[in-house]
Amino acid sequence: MADTQLPVWEVFIQANPGIAHKHAGNVHAADAEMALQNARDVYSRRSEGMNIWVVPANAITASSPEDQGAFFEPSNDKPYRHPTFYKIPEGVKYL
Amino acid sequence: MEDAKQIEAFEAKIVSGVKIEPKDWMPEAYRKQLIRMMSQHAHSEIVGMLPEGNWITRAPNLRRKAILLAKVQDEAGHGLYLYSATETLGIDRTELLEQLHSGKAKYSSIFNYPTLTWADIGAIGWLVDGAAIMNQTALARGSYGPYSRAMVRICKEESFHNRQGYEIMMHLAQGTAEQKAMAQDAFNRWWWPSIMMLGPSDDKSPNSDQLMRWKVKMESNDAIRQRFIDRTVPQADFIGLTVPDKDLKFNEETGHYEHGPINWDEFFEVIKGNGPCNAKRLKDRKDADIKGRWVREAALAYAKKRAKEKEVA
Ligand SMILES: [Fe+2]
Ligand SMILES: [Fe+2]
Repeated sequence: MADTQLPVWEVFIQANPGIAHKHAGNVHAADAEMALQNARDVYSRRSEGMNIWVVPANAITASSPEDQGAFFEPSNDKPYRHPTFYKIPEGVKYL
Repeated sequence: MEDAKQIEAFEAKIVSGVKIEPKDWMPEAYRKQLIRMMSQHAHSEIVGMLPEGNWITRAPNLRRKAILLAKVQDEAGHGLYLYSATETLGIDRTELLEQLHSGKAKYSSIFNYPTLTWADIGAIGWLVDGAAIMNQTALARGSYGPYSRAMVRICKEESFHNRQGYEIMMHLAQGTAEQKAMAQDAFNRWWWPSIMMLGPSDDKSPNSDQLMRWKVKMESNDAIRQRFIDRTVPQADFIGLTVPDKDLKFNEETGHYEHGPINWDEFFEVIKGNGPCNAKRLKDRKDADIKGRWVREAALAYAKKRAKEKEVA
């Protein structure tokens, strides 16, 4: 068997309760359990986190930068999604 | 062929301070240069564990041992961040390690010097990590997203390395005559290699114009070296150690220290593989790889077996 550096897992860490997990980096590991342990050793040596997710890198599908314009286009022509689109008379409160 | 428009757009992004990300278009020369630099940096982190690892079992007390262990563990982490950042450029870690082991890829010249006494561990943290910080804080402003983010993370961890080294030197310098001599001896041996590790002087360092424009390199080697010297000399004075450079003097007008001639022949010899420990470092690295192979194989076999059991159940 050819030597391998083991599959890549992307690591997401939740720094504090109540906030979203954030991408921290990746580790190489044989399975999920080992990926979790490696992620703890590599990305939380100084109490950077309280919860960790590991995801096989090849399970992630990303949008491509070349198509960025066209891909996000549908949201660009809908200014009415923003509260500033609406004119509310002066004097109306709490709106 | 890379067309002029693509290059123009790429350079415009860099000028405006937008980071280049792995899947963005980039010139082949940019990708190649980054792979070379980043992998060399990654290799330096893990080869750098060897001279320090040499003293973990012989640290003078439990406090020092725990600190050194944590520092060396950090360096392993730095290696990992950097390998993983390099992998985003489309090369995998197996290949990067093969390049290290075959001698095709380089690592920092500094790790080819021996750690003869405990004071060397102080000198490494203070001087070698100190010099590395100068370089890395500049690189954190570089244009390639994954490299720059790895640098930010690494810089945060480096200042403890730097301080623990200085603390070791300070204690020795304030100790018995014998301890102070040991500190001075280590300082004498590590000073010149530390200022050399920042790379050849600007007139000997080719093609850095394009690298500067692409923000692969952020500052010239000489500029970084000057900053390192300006910060380190007063630290040596403070603990009563003498910089081993009889030509060193402070220039009141420029506000900078001027140093004596650097022995670049020594530097290039070490780079070529003729330093005191090149052969040993490479052998230890390869041995570690070979000895660890069964662990990786066993871990993979175990993972496969468990996956199968899950399928059946
Ligand atoms: Fe490091
Ligand atoms: Fe360090």
